[in-house]
Amino acid sequence: MVILSEKVRQEVEHTLNDLQEDLKLIVFTQESECPTCEDNRLLMEELASLSRKIRLEVVDFAKDKDKAEQYKVDKVPATVVEGKEDYGIRFYGIPGGYEFLSLIHAMKMVSSKSSTLSPETKEQLKRLVKPVHIQVFVTLMCPYCPEVVHLAHEMALESPLITSDMVEAAEFPHLNQKYNVFVVPKVVINETIEFVGAVTEEEFLKHVMKSERK
Amino acid sequence: MEFILPAELKAVPIEEAKRYDLIIIGAGPAGMTAAVYAARKKLDTLVISKNVGGQTLLAPGVETYMGYQYITGAELMRKFEEQVRQFPIALLIGDEVTKLSREDNLFTALTSTRKKFTGKSVIIASGRRARPLNVPREKELIGRGVSYCATCDAPLFNGMDVAVIGSGNSALTAVNELMSYARKIYTIVRASVKGDAVLREKAEKSGKVEFLSGYAVTEIQGKDNVERIIIKQIGGNKELGLDVRGVFVEIGATPNVAFAKELVELNESNELVVDCDCKTSVAGLFAAGDVTIVPEKQIIVAAGEGAKAALSAYHYLLEA
Repeated sequence: MVILSEKVRQEVEHTLNDLQEDLKLIVFTQESECPTCEDNRLLMEELASLSRKIRLEVVDFAKDKDKAEQYKVDKVPATVVEGKEDYGIRFYGIPGGYEFLSLIHAMKMVSSKSSTLSPETKEQLKRLVKPVHIQVFVTLMCPYCPEVVHLAHEMALESPLITSDMVEAAEFPHLNQKYNVFVVPKVVINETIEFVGAVTEEEFLKHVMKSERK
Repeated sequence: MEFILPAELKAVPIEEAKRYDLIIIGAGPAGMTAAVYAARKKLDTLVISKNVGGQTLLAPGVETYMGYQYITGAELMRKFEEQVRQFPIALLIGDEVTKLSREDNLFTALTSTRKKFTGKSVIIASGRRARPLNVPREKELIGRGVSYCATCDAPLFNGMDVAVIGSGNSALTAVNELMSYARKIYTIVRASVKGDAVLREKAEKSGKVEFLSGYAVTEIQGKDNVERIIIKQIGGNKELGLDVRGVFVEIGATPNVAFAKELVELNESNELVVDCDCKTSVAGLFAAGDVTIVPEKQIIVAAGEGAKAALSAYHYLLEA
């Protein structure tokens, strides 16, 4: 079964020609009680088939607890986009719709190991001393969401202390309830800081740096 | 499931030191069409916009753009962007103009990232943004049940009761979006439903939608999240309280003109006044799309106006 249309497949293949270094998609999945796990796995398998630079590892979330613990994956479907090392870039839920842009962006970024963040932002991120966990709640047809996911993932690439999750809100209603998600994009940092809407790199950075003081 | 791809980049350098023939503010249907027409006339053009697509990105389906029987707003805008990127047009996306001024026949555009650009002519195609209800607790409850983007937020209201405020196509589109998720959708209409009959019929057939005509929202209630709205009969005393978790405000939009307010003539609704050649009250400054007084706010109208504005700018530059 294929997920992507022939036209999209061709375009993705063309886009992935730009990949520089090898990357790995680690897909956490399970057979039961996860309605989107199969589609997510199929999507990642299809992507991996479109470039020699992409390797795929499928992990059974229910059985391989060690792997889930290693990557600190606590729900499925989950996809880790890993380059030479694990930069802390995660997708929870199927990255379709506008979030497909975020997935392609993450793959290219990890493969080139370079972000578009300003030199000032990169400098500031070096000053972090404690771990920062960023969760970006999105829905798939939200056009404002990918730019926030891009920022969060770019910060994860730049700082070994940052882990950044895209969370597809419709697939995790219990998290919507927990974090009061009634609008997207909504960002939650270290369980203590939250904000909504698309913000500038400068503003996002301020929230990240503030999380250290909380 | 839809998968949206990035348009292929043909990067054209963006130069602050340059004197552009034309600066286009906004990259919705009007701005992008203007860009293509400008490029065909070989005008050195810079487009500045927060995003590519503007409000069209929020349209779940478009059935009124000729050449496509049905296309999503996102896909249509991607096709626009691809067409723009065929030409050597500098695109500054992710930034926005905060101040536009004119001195010695030259325009200066300052942006939110503190960049400064100079142009011999300008097209404002900055579109509109959602208008608020301006009722108590609305502002405080934004992101806590008050939403201005049904396309984005509808999936978060699965199984809940919600209200949509408005009578036009955007309100009916929001209702249709919510039908897949919400349990009940109250639709609060001031006078009568003005949107397309096709959308209304679909809503009525769903069995989930209750139209309440002749009412206005007077208050949104809720401590941490939306719990209730109060609606009052227009011209009467009847008042109703509706227990809802979501309020989707779709009462029209307000033009994005703050950056040019002191420069150019606006009407009482803050729309840019233009003539039939898209000329504004300032020589060399043109405008197109939903930001202007042109009455019908439609993608196809905006695109046509964008073409006109670019051709007018071209003639202006020839004569200047």
